[in-house]
Amino acid sequence: MSANAKDLRNPLKRARGLGSAQSGVGHWWTQRLTAAALVVLGLWFVVTVLGLLHADYAVAKATVAKPWNALLLIAFSITVFWHAVLGLQVVIEDYVHTRWKEVVSMALIKFLAVLGALASVLAVLRVALGA
Amino acid sequence: MADTRRPLSPHLQIYKWQVQMVTSILHRATGIALAVGTLLVLWGLLSLASGEASFHQFKICIGSPIGLALLFGWSWALFYHLCNGIRHLIQDTGAGYSIPQFVRSSWLSVIGSIVLTVIVWAYVLTAGGAA
Repeated sequence: MSANAKDLRNPLKRARGLGSAQSGVGHWWTQRLTAAALVVLGLWFVVTVLGLLHADYAVAKATVAKPWNALLLIAFSITVFWHAVLGLQVVIEDYVHTRWKEVVSMALIKFLAVLGALASVLAVLRVALGA
Repeated sequence: MADTRRPLSPHLQIYKWQVQMVTSILHRATGIALAVGTLLVLWGLLSLASGEASFHQFKICIGSPIGLALLFGWSWALFYHLCNGIRHLIQDTGAGYSIPQFVRSSWLSVIGSIVLTVIVWAYVLTAGGAA
């Protein structure tokens, strides 16, 4: 710091955009918040699926179409894909050391996850709104 | 030149296996498996939205021996990731970091996941077979 005595910029200004001043904390928090949500949503999902063990098409459709179930199913789908992207990102950052492979695989995963989440939401809405 | 005073990275080949290493690796492995498993949830929702024939097809696939084996694996992966995820959330508060606590909570994750998987599949079997 003493070498930059003439630099009038605030140290924070120099730190922004470097190292831990990037988006790491946001990633960490979002991963934890989606995890906490998935503890509840995941248990609800397992119980709901177990309730559908021998359900025929009409019963399964009626169950998903119930307002609370549809709402929670949409919340579950979005949270699951979001949490999966955050987790897979850490794995790729740890093990894929070629920059272009890292970027390409991350982009692919994000495209797939967004498509998957949108398709899940669309499917639930179609069932719930009776289209 | 390499500074030989700095700590060297752990060489897994010469490490004695400890339960904390297993729980850490399993958390990643089950996370990746569950990310793939979201596609099954997506398939189920899409088949429900697209009509009785496709839902019937979906039920036949997940009720087949391969489908059931995958479901069994995914259910354990889900419960393991859930139990160990709760453990990580607790550790994020700064609790449970002494070595005996760390080992105990590791075993709790492993055993808890097995117990939950057995309970769910015992319910499936007593409710009269899967799918």
